[in-house]
Amino acid sequence: MSIELKDISKHFGAVTAVNQVSFSVEDGELMALLGPSGGGKTTVLRMIAGLEVPSSGDIYVRGQRVNDVSVQQRNIGFVFQNYALFKNMSVFKNVAFGLRIKKWKRRDVRDRVEELLALFGLEDLGPRYPHQLSGGQRQRVAIARALATKPSVLLLDEPFGAVDAKIRQELREWLVTLHHELNVTTIFVTHDQEEAMEVSNRIVIFSRGNLEQIGTPRQVYEEPANEFVARFIGVINVLELEVRQGVARLNELEFPAHGVPEGQRLRIGFRPYAVQISSNLQLYRYRATLRHTFFLGVMLRVELELPSGLTIRARMTKEEYAHLGLEDGAYVSFQIRQYRILAKEGMPLAPETASTQDAIVYGEGI
Amino acid sequence: MVDRRFNVLPGFGLTMGYTLLYLGLIVLLPVAGLFLRLAGVSFEEFWRMATTERAVAAYRLTFGASFVAATINAVFGTVVAWVLVRYHFPGKRFFDALVDFPFALPTAVAGLTLSNLYAETGWLGRFLVPLGIHGAFTSLGVVIALTFIGLPFVVRTLQPVLEHFDHEVEEAAATLGAGRLRTFVSIIGPTLLPTIITGFALAFARAIGEYGSVIFIAGNKPYESEIAPLLIVIRLEEYDYTGAIAIAVVLLFISFGLLVVINLLERWASRYEN
Repeated sequence: MSIELKDISKHFGAVTAVNQVSFSVEDGELMALLGPSGGGKTTVLRMIAGLEVPSSGDIYVRGQRVNDVSVQQRNIGFVFQNYALFKNMSVFKNVAFGLRIKKWKRRDVRDRVEELLALFGLEDLGPRYPHQLSGGQRQRVAIARALATKPSVLLLDEPFGAVDAKIRQELREWLVTLHHELNVTTIFVTHDQEEAMEVSNRIVIFSRGNLEQIGTPRQVYEEPANEFVARFIGVINVLELEVRQGVARLNELEFPAHGVPEGQRLRIGFRPYAVQISSNLQLYRYRATLRHTFFLGVMLRVELELPSGLTIRARMTKEEYAHLGLEDGAYVSFQIRQYRILAKEGMPLAPETASTQDAIVYGEGI
Repeated sequence: MVDRRFNVLPGFGLTMGYTLLYLGLIVLLPVAGLFLRLAGVSFEEFWRMATTERAVAAYRLTFGASFVAATINAVFGTVVAWVLVRYHFPGKRFFDALVDFPFALPTAVAGLTLSNLYAETGWLGRFLVPLGIHGAFTSLGVVIALTFIGLPFVVRTLQPVLEHFDHEVEEAAATLGAGRLRTFVSIIGPTLLPTIITGFALAFARAIGEYGSVIFIAGNKPYESEIAPLLIVIRLEEYDYTGAIAIAVVLLFISFGLLVVINLLERWASRYEN
């Protein structure tokens, strides 16, 4: 076990930034700390680095309690959101900085820096100053600098936040490749769930200082621990229904609710891919008008308006859409294949229920 | 077709014309007048008047004391700016306002106050004089006065730069194992240097031209505590206009030369910036 957090809390004055968080990171893992801004994820990262001291709880790195170890002694690599390069030093000197402090021999420093620059495709940029580099190059220099002294763990704060969309995609793939090659335990912070899903092995989801769920991208998507996670990871339709005679109802939509007390309110969630549409009005139980089509690349998202005015979101591939001969304004029938009874945040969710006998098929992406 | 770009301010022609007129009237015309007065004087004659023993002593004091004062301000002004930007303490706003005091205070008042303070009977003088430190009516007094009036230049130049200094850079150095001293020497110092040099240059230039506060505290003994601007006044009072202008021209050239040197230095120190 590479890193372990036990009951970590952090208070800033009266504000609780992190509340009783415990999790562990295995050696060589690529882990994402995900959550909306203000969720406490950056504070957790900074506590692991030693830049912030926990108000209570313990942090272990390779079995050693490091609460009282100074940031200088922790041997972690930290990449800041805005890279924090030393602008008065060349690329070479930036990368060499940590090695010089550790008093490496001049020749070893040169070899190590040249090795890193080559690995990061920065061979010719050694003498340049940070202001002469592009955003992507700056980030690579920052990562090279953090990795120079062979830290036990690499921490990245919003690594893709400061670059534009196209480079961001390249950097994601590059980070995965890099992690694969170096196999250094890596933890990164992001508020972008798509980014976390694509890049990491496991995701820790934070909201308002609490750890909501920890799991693989597939787990948090398919088995969200609560409504917050379900809403935060991907798109979900959420309906609030009232139970009457064993059936939960909202306008024309009905879900079985045997044994639920009369008059109780239920929250039900279903992913857009779980909505099955047909142009054959006799095929499925509900009717709706297709209001809008959103083109998302391979997938399309459509908005269905029920006769009562209720709107739900569905998704399908381009081919399905064409095959069904759909267009905005078309009258269709649909059914909801799977749904989940949502609990309040922090409470466990009911397992997913299939409303028909169809095999469960999960959509790719969100 | 004319390639025209939209500008908020009225045309380039008007503003440029105004700029040139302004610079011409305010800066170039007086300087030209100075040289015009020297037109009838041979170079030997000029050189003799400009390099009398008394004048050379005055140059040495003016530039020497200004340099020392500006250097002191560069060091302590940096410390003051650092404390005012980085720390929060009771009375911070008061101390911050106090920095501007030398700006606002009439220089004659400053000179009078300082000379009273450091005179043999003054609050500080009564302790310092027995130790052999004569703060009033000596060349040391000149340095004291020039340090006083130069302080705000360094502090006010440095403050905005320090406020925008990226705190993460210091944290990055710490994660790489650097202690405070190393971080300051390797990263913060070099980053601030161009600004410190700018502040130094401003304080230095101001000190060279300073007159009001110095004449009260210096004692103005020829060859010892007489500054060059004062010598110009003395020459004028003797109706020796050419002599006064000769000294003024020397001051002008040295000041201009120093300005060039400082600018080059600033450029060198900020070579890694855009």
